[in-house]
Amino acid sequence: METRLFALQRLSAMLLAPLVLVHLALILYAVRGGLTAEEILGRTQGSIGWALFYGIFVLAAAVHAPIGVRNVLREWTAWRGTSLDGAMLLLSAILMATGLRAVWAVVV
Amino acid sequence: MGDTDHHLQVAIWRGAGEGRFVDYEVPARDSQTVLDVVTWVQRHREPALAYRFACRVGVCGSCAMTVNGRPRWTCRTHVRKVAGDGRLTIEPLRNLPRIKDLACDMTPFFEKWQRAGGRFKGSAPRGAAIPRLDPASPERRAADAAIECINCAVCYSACDTVTWSPDYLGPAALNRAWTLVNDARHGERARVLDAVESAGGCHSCHTHGSCVETCPVELNPTASIAGLKRRTLRRLLPGGGA
Amino acid sequence: MNPGGGNVVRPDRRHGGFAAFVVHRVSGIVLALFLPMHFLALGLALDGAGSLDGLLAFAELPLVKASEWALVLLLTIHLVFGLRVLTLEFLPWRGARKHWIGWGAGLALAAGAVFLFGVA
Repeated sequence: METRLFALQRLSAMLLAPLVLVHLALILYAVRGGLTAEEILGRTQGSIGWALFYGIFVLAAAVHAPIGVRNVLREWTAWRGTSLDGAMLLLSAILMATGLRAVWAVVV
Repeated sequence: MGDTDHHLQVAIWRGAGEGRFVDYEVPARDSQTVLDVVTWVQRHREPALAYRFACRVGVCGSCAMTVNGRPRWTCRTHVRKVAGDGRLTIEPLRNLPRIKDLACDMTPFFEKWQRAGGRFKGSAPRGAAIPRLDPASPERRAADAAIECINCAVCYSACDTVTWSPDYLGPAALNRAWTLVNDARHGERARVLDAVESAGGCHSCHTHGSCVETCPVELNPTASIAGLKRRTLRRLLPGGGA
Repeated sequence: MNPGGGNVVRPDRRHGGFAAFVVHRVSGIVLALFLPMHFLALGLALDGAGSLDGLLAFAELPLVKASEWALVLLLTIHLVFGLRVLTLEFLPWRGARKHWIGWGAGLALAAGAVFLFGVA
């Protein structure tokens, strides 16, 4: 299992790298002159492109973050075993649910 | 630089798991290693001080201890390099159970070496022809780059992942496993990969690089472990083989 | 945590690779904690632009802007140090690429500066 988790973490990282770069660039561009809901939604609403971009972003993050958090908890706390693994799956589900909801919120 | 007028303030760990640091004042000399300092204390101040050494010339790795927070070969550590302000703190290697004073129990270190599949097993019977191995092949070069390890446990002591994850096999054991994975003569390469894939295996390494920083033989366990990571990933693919 | 027990001297971890690891890990933790809040905030748009605008107005507070600046820094640094790890693990070894650590920190500060310039 460790190999699989490692593979998922590294693969999701490789996927996230270009997405994060685009997202950072967008943030730095969009904050100029103040940020409004109109400006954000004007860009994202009805856009298949942004829907796909952020949808993939959410899914990749929902894989990447919990695996990383699992490592941290196993090393820096006493928590390990199946209960930790279960908690990480839960975290992944929460990120996926809230994330895809957010994508829906700005795209539809 | 002055001689007997100068003294070093040396704190040495006395005891085992329970214990304390005891302060000694040691004459400073021009060319003095940390091992010289420990030896002076044992001869002139504390006959009961327990510590290990053998060759005294930097080839055996027996004198490894923690000096001012870093694991080092004490016979190869000049006092001037580590005690700029004249203070030394000496304790046994980190991450290993303490026997007495500066001597630690190397058993867990060697157990992990075995557990990582470090024991060589020939793939050919005794009477078979000597295999021809090309020293310039990528596998042989990878193995040769890592093969000089003498199991001194400095890297194991430097590694924080070993401290934080008791089941982590550690840099030396994994480095050894990497040499065998690249050894065409080894009959159990698949088993080695099984061993390093388990919990506490190569995937626990976070590339701090403390092992590389401290290895007295200038080996690179981080690179070896990265090699193991790539090998184990390859096994996930269909036809990835062993 | 130390099997030896007792009063141990703190290990000397003063080298670039370890510092990079700590920053990478801490930034990851902060980002992981931030992410659900970020998603819920964006989800306010479900109630219409007005709700989201309300939050964005709150986000104009200096303390919130400072936190946003920190997040830009942390995201950039996590990305760069993560790329370094991927490079060390998957590409042929050519040293520990220590200079990536300094350059990465520099890049993060630059991104932070652009952000501040934009919101000032």
